[in-house]
Amino acid sequence: MDKFNSLKGIAAPLPIVNIDTDMIIPKQFLKTIKRTGLGVSLFYEMRYDNDGNLIKDFILNTSPFDQSKILVAGDNFGCGSSREHAPWSLKDFGIKCVISTSFADIFYNNCFQNGILPIVVSPDQLDQLMMAATNQIEFSIDLPEQTVKAGNHSINFEIEEFRKDRLLQGLDDIGITLGYQDKISAYEEDKKNKKPWLFKDN
Amino acid sequence: MSNQGPKTLFDKIWSEHLVGQREDGTSLLYIDRHLVHEVTSPQAFEGLKISNRPVHRPEATIAVADHNVPTINRQNIEDPQSKIQVETLAKNTKEHGIQYFDLMDQRQGIVHIIGPEQGITQPGMTIVCGDSHTSTHGAFGALAFGIGTSEVEHVLATQTIVQNPAKNMRISVNGDLPFGVNSKDLILYIIGKIGTAGGTGHVIEYAGSSIMGLSMEGRMTICNMSIEAGARAGLISPDQTTFNYIQGRPYAPSADHWDQAVEYWSSLPSDNDANYDHEIVIDSSEIDPMVTWGTSPEDVVSVKGLVPNPSSAQTENKKKSIERSLEYMGLKPGTKITDIKLDKIFIGSCTNGRIEDLRKVASIVKDKKIASHVQAMIVPGSGLVKKQAEEEGIDIILKDAGFEWREAGCSMCLGMNPDQLKPGERCASTSNRNFEGRQGRGGRTHLMSPELAAASAITGNISDIRDFT
Repeated sequence: MDKFNSLKGIAAPLPIVNIDTDMIIPKQFLKTIKRTGLGVSLFYEMRYDNDGNLIKDFILNTSPFDQSKILVAGDNFGCGSSREHAPWSLKDFGIKCVISTSFADIFYNNCFQNGILPIVVSPDQLDQLMMAATNQIEFSIDLPEQTVKAGNHSINFEIEEFRKDRLLQGLDDIGITLGYQDKISAYEEDKKNKKPWLFKDN
Repeated sequence: MSNQGPKTLFDKIWSEHLVGQREDGTSLLYIDRHLVHEVTSPQAFEGLKISNRPVHRPEATIAVADHNVPTINRQNIEDPQSKIQVETLAKNTKEHGIQYFDLMDQRQGIVHIIGPEQGITQPGMTIVCGDSHTSTHGAFGALAFGIGTSEVEHVLATQTIVQNPAKNMRISVNGDLPFGVNSKDLILYIIGKIGTAGGTGHVIEYAGSSIMGLSMEGRMTICNMSIEAGARAGLISPDQTTFNYIQGRPYAPSADHWDQAVEYWSSLPSDNDANYDHEIVIDSSEIDPMVTWGTSPEDVVSVKGLVPNPSSAQTENKKKSIERSLEYMGLKPGTKITDIKLDKIFIGSCTNGRIEDLRKVASIVKDKKIASHVQAMIVPGSGLVKKQAEEEGIDIILKDAGFEWREAGCSMCLGMNPDQLKPGERCASTSNRNFEGRQGRGGRTHLMSPELAAASAITGNISDIRDFT
């Protein structure tokens, strides 16, 4: 899995609340059997008109925000469908960090599987960062230190230790769990006796 | 969470499935059943192949194609990408020895309809699927939640998932439901009350006499939309209604184990003095039939109400959000909801595509015709729901009224298949999401119950079932 340590760059402001995963990557792009190539379709309906032409004033279509590695967005980012195509499309576009006041649970989990850092800040802090992003002030994100810096603002953010480690080290989650194979087998043996109806062959 | 003291239903299922703690402090939770569909699984199977990992327990996994499938002419999927995705699922399941209900199998249908229908879904289980509406199965007292594709791969490889415990929330709805109010209205009302992020980080247990008085179909509608309240999962205590529903279904516990299973299931309801992180109590008499006016499931209003005015919003952000929604929806503040004219009616989805929903619609539209300007479509949740409806003559009633009668699938709930709204079209939909573009680019969705959608199909406007004769 991709690692994340620190990041510098300008951030794209997207001051909309409840940005759902349908908005991030609409359904017609879920027909792929690959994880890559979705960046061009990120925020498709906001980025392109009915004829597929770029909508010039949408933030991610304007320079320098078309090169953003960071997104600052309104409350409850990533709500809706579980599609991992949402973080895949963000990552493919080049976005490695999203800042909001809150994230939907499944999207939040999916980010960490793809080397993307979601950062939760307070509503006041979000307002400050939204302003800084709009003014094209450079952001500096440091995961080991758990800080976001932009101009005069320096914000400490919270993150669970295991998630932080996973990003810093780019760990293979399945590989780690397979290290507990004995425990999984022991659990299954125990339950076969106690709840046999769960182990009837389907 | 301690092992001592009173426990919630969630606490009990959690501790029964705890395989152990990993060194990083996370919990490994055992997964009893894994449901797989064509859209969120190909990359997971590809990941297994790259790492040369087998499926840990193929017999605990059940697969079906639902999101992408046409609801007419399904022998030949025209969209080449959809066709590849469905074929890829068939190939992957065959390769790993996973049970797959193919498109010609009568048991095919929406994954969250067929789990309960086959008796796969049982109380006390942990169930996951690469789909957020997995919360549906919580209606049986199973801990069921949606996961991403990387987690699908993790479950395929290990039959476990890495989790931390959720917080407990209980929403109790008490009293007899008023005339015209049903499970869809209850859950829309709840989402309107707590908001689409109201349940974030929580598992919501629904309780109270209004909830426990619902059929299994009604309970599934409630739990289905828990994700629209931001919750990880929804749960309802298993009871005799639950056991009666499961008994005799193909994957239900066999006669040898039935009594043992029921004894265990009966131990699952939350202890009386269990502690919840949040409690909400609702009197059902305050609930009307509900409709959404905007582009988030929290944008709900009574069918007797008006489209809201952005100037009445309490914060600047909320005001902007209402303005954006109204512009997208093409609605003016202060418009009566029942003055909103419709173009399409969609009845179906994992929220409201079960036999009980179809029976309600049929009882309302019997011997009537849909409005001449409206196109109406019914998509049964599964091949077996379709068959049952046809045996009861429901298809004839619906077709006579002017509805199109389709094959089973997710269809226009998300419009991955050809069933989509055109830009500007307005739809009364029994599905679960009214997001911008959800049912088709520029399409305008009003979520409501099957009863309201049926009445609205006849009048051509959003209609109150209580005024409908």
